[in-house]
Amino acid sequence: MIETENLTKKFGGLTAVDGVTFAVKEGEIFGFLGPNGAGKTTTVRMLTCLISETSGRAVIGGYDTRAKSDRKKIRRMIGLLPENVGLYEGMSAYKNLDYYGRFYKLTEAKRRERIEYLLKMLGLWEKRDVAAGTFSKGMKQKLAIARALVHDPQVLFLDEPTANLDPEATKAVRDFIVELKKEERTIFLNTHMLDEADRICDRVGILKTKLVAVGTPEELRESLFARTTIVQLAAVNDNIVAAVRKLGIGEVSVAEGGKLFVGVKDPDGENPDIVHAIDGAGGRIRMVYQSSPTLEDVYLKLVKG
Amino acid sequence: MDLQNVLSVASKDFESYRRKKSIIAYTLGLPLVLSVVFSLVVQRDIAPSVQSGAGIDSLNLGLESLTYFFVVFAAVLPTSIAAYSIVGEKVEKSLEPMLATPLSDNEILLGKTIASLVPPVLTTWLGASIFMVASDYLLRGVISYYYFPNLNAGLMLFVLAPLAALFGVEVAVIASSRISDVRGANQLGGLVWIPFMVIFILAVEGNFQFSVVNLSLTSGTLGAIELILYFVTTSTFRRERILTRWK
Repeated sequence: MIETENLTKKFGGLTAVDGVTFAVKEGEIFGFLGPNGAGKTTTVRMLTCLISETSGRAVIGGYDTRAKSDRKKIRRMIGLLPENVGLYEGMSAYKNLDYYGRFYKLTEAKRRERIEYLLKMLGLWEKRDVAAGTFSKGMKQKLAIARALVHDPQVLFLDEPTANLDPEATKAVRDFIVELKKEERTIFLNTHMLDEADRICDRVGILKTKLVAVGTPEELRESLFARTTIVQLAAVNDNIVAAVRKLGIGEVSVAEGGKLFVGVKDPDGENPDIVHAIDGAGGRIRMVYQSSPTLEDVYLKLVKG
Repeated sequence: MDLQNVLSVASKDFESYRRKKSIIAYTLGLPLVLSVVFSLVVQRDIAPSVQSGAGIDSLNLGLESLTYFFVVFAAVLPTSIAAYSIVGEKVEKSLEPMLATPLSDNEILLGKTIASLVPPVLTTWLGASIFMVASDYLLRGVISYYYFPNLNAGLMLFVLAPLAALFGVEVAVIASSRISDVRGANQLGGLVWIPFMVIFILAVEGNFQFSVVNLSLTSGTLGAIELILYFVTTSTFRRERILTRWK
């Protein structure tokens, strides 16, 4: 649904996005992660035909962002939630959505139907006639998401949708994004909330002007961190360490508190052997588990080096 | 260009002006105040001076200068409205989501131009109409005919005033790219009326006559300047420029 090839944007001498290549499948939630100034918003602006690329190409739903004749078609099939919600604060929630619905040539009946559906989904229907300026941050964010969806777009671009929201509003917005995925909509999510990306994205791309990694959160974890089995023992002694090392599975190390770390390639096959060896050496096992680096660990390793 | 899109943009702006009392007071109030003040000038100065033997030239100069002043206001009034319309969107940060819709840059620009142009031109005409009717009433018995309407007033109000208003809007759009607060936008009015005031002063000093030829030449010159400003405005109001270069 979204394809880029060497997508590059330069502002004078400054390269904001450098040769980015990736693809997002239809119905996928793709998370775009990166620190401030990494080029996330610039990438979204190029993909939504708000700014032109300096070089490279981007194709959205088969339409090329470089072709002037395709840009209007792209804008028809996408919805954008920008970083700043940009609502008309003096206008009611309903009128904010109705105004945008007109630009997509929706009939009045269709607009009414979509607006009612979206506002009810987001719990704002009762506030439909209230000025958007009186809404809380979370409500404004929900209303801006509804605005991006008023024309039922195939692709939705969300730029930091949960930034500056309280935990309750964050959860509500996240839950709604997951609901949208059920509608087979392609979602491009710009975020620096790693936990959010880990929870709701099918795949993520990590951007630091250049795209440094793309994959599922699991794939990135596995590619960057060796699998490790951690055995919690009542006590560790040299016999136990020697018995495990004798298996020749992987690197073995000991940490304080009776923890034994064993590098593994196939945990399902190798963990029973480790347990058997420790048991044979007289060790008393309290717990066996796999270490699971978070997406944050992955991100920090890639971004901070 | 889709006119329905243009009208949607314009109607949203009309609605936001309706809620802004300062804009209503400014757009409607100033021409009305002007019509009352100028009618008083006719009653207290022009009518007595004609009665005391001043010639037709003095009458022409007095009434045409006052009528022309509505042209000056036609240039100033839309400046603040247009700047508010665009700077207001910048302040609310509502331009980016609008730019992501299928609307073309020119549709947005034309919609905003119509919304900024129509109310001031209408209220200018309203104020001028009140002034002209009041003048005819006040001058009954002083001159033997109705001074208004006449060709010069028609040229001023129906050709020069809309052109002046468009000039104000175009300047406001260009300046909006450099202004990031509504107060700064309001200060624009002070700049726009300078060229129109120069003509007014020249006329009062007797160096410019409000003749059909002069008014047509002024309108033609203004039209030519506006053509240049149109190209500047349309190149200023481009998605990429708005998002990357506007302050």
